Amino acid sequence: MKKSFPVVPVLTALFAASFFVVPLIATFYFSLKMTRGELGFAAYASVFNSAEFLTTITYSTIASLVAILIGAVIIVPTAYWVRLKVPRLRPVVEFISLLPLVVPPVVLVFGYIRLFGSNSWLPLTTTTAGTDMLLVLGYVVLSMPYMFRAVDNGLAVIDIATLTEAAESLGASRLRTIATVIFPNVRAAIISGAFLTFSISLGEFVLASLLNRPAFGPYLVQLGQDRAYEPAALAIMSFGFTWGCMVLMQVFATRKPGQRWFPRLTSRPAQRTTA
Amino acid sequence: MSFLSITNAVKTFGTNTVVKGFDLAVEKGEFVSFLGPSGCGKTTVLRMIAGFERPTSGKITIDGRDVTDLAPNKRRIGMVFQAYALFPNMNVAGNIAFGLKIAGLGKAETEARVQEMLGLIGLSHLAERYPYEMSGGQQQRVALARALAPKPQVLLLDEPLSALDAKIRVSLREEIRDIQRRLGITTVFVTHDQEEAMSISDRIVVMNGGRADQIGTPSEIYNRPSTRFVAGFVGTLNVLRARLERQPQTVTVAGTSVQLAQPVRTADADGNLSLALRPEALSLRPSEGRDVAFDGLVKSVNFMGSVIRIRMDVGGEAISFDMFNSPDLVPPAVGARATAHAASRDMFELTA
Amino acid sequence: MTMDVAAPRADLGPSLPRAGRLGRVNWNWLGVAPFFLFAFLFLIGPVLYLVGGAFQNTEGAFTFDNIIALGSPNIVASFSLSIRLSLLSAAMGAVAGLLLAQAVILGGLPAWVRGAFTTFSGVASNFAGVPLAFAFIATLGRLGLVTVLLRDLFGINLYASGFNLFSFFGLSLVYLYFQLPLMFLIIAPALDGLKKEWREAAEILGATRRQYWQLIGLPVLAPTILGCFLLLFANAFGTLATVYALMGSGFDVVPIVLFQQIRGNVLYNPNLGYALALGMVVIMGVSNTLYLILRSRAERWQK
Repeated sequence: MKKSFPVVPVLTALFAASFFVVPLIATFYFSLKMTRGELGFAAYASVFNSAEFLTTITYSTIASLVAILIGAVIIVPTAYWVRLKVPRLRPVVEFISLLPLVVPPVVLVFGYIRLFGSNSWLPLTTTTAGTDMLLVLGYVVLSMPYMFRAVDNGLAVIDIATLTEAAESLGASRLRTIATVIFPNVRAAIISGAFLTFSISLGEFVLASLLNRPAFGPYLVQLGQDRAYEPAALAIMSFGFTWGCMVLMQVFATRKPGQRWFPRLTSRPAQRTTA
Repeated sequence: MSFLSITNAVKTFGTNTVVKGFDLAVEKGEFVSFLGPSGCGKTTVLRMIAGFERPTSGKITIDGRDVTDLAPNKRRIGMVFQAYALFPNMNVAGNIAFGLKIAGLGKAETEARVQEMLGLIGLSHLAERYPYEMSGGQQQRVALARALAPKPQVLLLDEPLSALDAKIRVSLREEIRDIQRRLGITTVFVTHDQEEAMSISDRIVVMNGGRADQIGTPSEIYNRPSTRFVAGFVGTLNVLRARLERQPQTVTVAGTSVQLAQPVRTADADGNLSLALRPEALSLRPSEGRDVAFDGLVKSVNFMGSVIRIRMDVGGEAISFDMFNSPDLVPPAVGARATAHAASRDMFELTA
Repeated sequence: MTMDVAAPRADLGPSLPRAGRLGRVNWNWLGVAPFFLFAFLFLIGPVLYLVGGAFQNTEGAFTFDNIIALGSPNIVASFSLSIRLSLLSAAMGAVAGLLLAQAVILGGLPAWVRGAFTTFSGVASNFAGVPLAFAFIATLGRLGLVTVLLRDLFGINLYASGFNLFSFFGLSLVYLYFQLPLMFLIIAPALDGLKKEWREAAEILGATRRQYWQLIGLPVLAPTILGCFLLLFANAFGTLATVYALMGSGFDVVPIVLFQQIRGNVLYNPNLGYALALGMVVIMGVSNTLYLILRSRAERWQK
């Protein structure tokens, strides 16, 4: 059966591969043509020299990082607590965490604008800081399905009930247990979820545009209407960025707790071994 | 002419030769087991009979017809897999009917045959169940019925019991044997469990390293293993160093002179050879025919319920044997001197 | 507000004896309170507000007028456009993804091919939105590389032969770039779940390869394939940024209409906007729910 050369599978794979790769090559080639008559990185230079690019990418990076932080602070203790103490609630929590897949961003932000508008009991959209916060919280919501799944899978791998009991029998308080036993063990899972969150929210367009924030997504769209070569350069860079995030996510998702060849993102290295 | 015959079959995967010149002739209605450790080639031979692997060289015939190059779906063979392999999208009746439908049997005939097979395996009440709703033992019986439904010429069983619990394993193997006898179907059974093979087979093929080490009835295999491998794989065995004392068949074992039943064939230049002795051939009591006595030291006594296993050191050789437990029996003490008796005709030479 | 989520836990922890649950009030639910509070404020609340608004007029009185107004021709047209586009792109993605997965996983190709496609798919399924639109403009736009190469090297004028990237079909081709890898990623485990023994059992019972696929392979995969199709459908239905970047605001799929409505460009009745949002959530909800049901059915079979 295996002896004949798999002609059809090979052709299928080649066809699919070219569908995936040709747009990237075309975009890359296009991005090099900014200077007439020669190939070069002028478009890239132009992007990096733009003040607007730098401000918007900085804004979006900060917003994404804060979203990751808040997401972790909300999701990790919840996932842990649900597994440990109230397993009956797990289906409910899981269902809620999957809801953002059902609610399109445009609907979500519409609700925000109406619910937190100027006539509201909590008029977040009337101040810049409030709107920034709403954007960040929106990103937390959008990334919740991925974050929850990553953390919950991470918790499923370790036996948290036994670990918690072991830590408590050694005299650790619960907060200390979470900080020094549970968190380090699911850190890889959290980081893996974080990279996915980052790749979703960095170039996000709908929320940022409708909340009227100076983020990277709206800048990209504007650039696409005004320029020809810079958008291609940005498309290539954002593909590379997405690739980087996914690879790092994979690396962390498959890493076993306790493996040590990555920079530690939290402090307290000594306590972990003693706890 | 035998019903199923395999002649000089060889199978090579890349540079690895898994089956090396395998010969076997199976009579119609016979139940033959392939016994051996994993990697001995038993499953590969089975898959060659089924047609999933094509022999690199050699020939396979069924009922006089050369099937070596025939596709599996043309061979009229029934097969039962280790992991049940029931079709998950069909219920029990659908699974059993599958082969009949493919063969183009009419609706009424199919229905009747399915009922007959369900009766045969005693699961008539589960016809509507889906595989995921059944236990492993039930699934495997359905798999048997599915394989038998189209009236195959040969039934192949690929370790069908090894995924099951110990208790079900025993009851199902008896059921399989019973059904096989009633239908008189030629059957090849693959297993790595020697007790299973012993209890179920007409003949056993003990395989080792891609070859058949020995082919024989269970009692031949057990009592007269022809190689050291067979002897070791089938049951426990005392292997004793011996020395040829006088041609053709007088040897010295642990300081005792023994007259063997057969002439010695494999003594080396110094006259050394290996003898084998089943534990049950030894006893602490002398009796008629037990003409050899080994004096030695009791090293350990293990109480195992109905039997007591005793290990002794006799002139530097370790022997172990079992004695039946009974309320009035006083087992020997560890460190005591004792004498084990054996019959010289039970001692055989290990030739390979 | 969000900063103190961990605090209740700290107070609670030591005071919670494991054995003392029965006679006392159970405080364990407090540990999940921050999550529920957050979800209610920033996910469920806003959606409920829109749903409620969909059944109110501008004075706040209960009415079905907004729901009935969804039947107006231009809104029906945009729902129809959205659904057709999503169906087409989901169908294309499902078929192409299944064929690719079948070729790569069961087609006897070396293992690294699968690894490469899996890694790439992980990236491509997340490579949506504005950059994706740019990439396709650079490829198949009027001056795109492929367009130009086909014209100059082979004399094929794509745009003269009726192709247009900025069209219904062009858009679904762009969607395929993230739909295909998504399908590949979620169908691959299901193909792995097809046991080799099923094929062998079918074969030894006399079935041909075609009969195997017809009677066992495809029926076993059917719930998964259908479920994936629904997931792709929902995925396409909610897509906004890609359309917006490629077509501007003139292509009236539902998310764009709602987007414009929020910006105050199209509809002047916010309650009708609520009804639009409700319609989207219902369609997304139904397809996702069906997906989950079908997936659990498929998992039951592939135990």
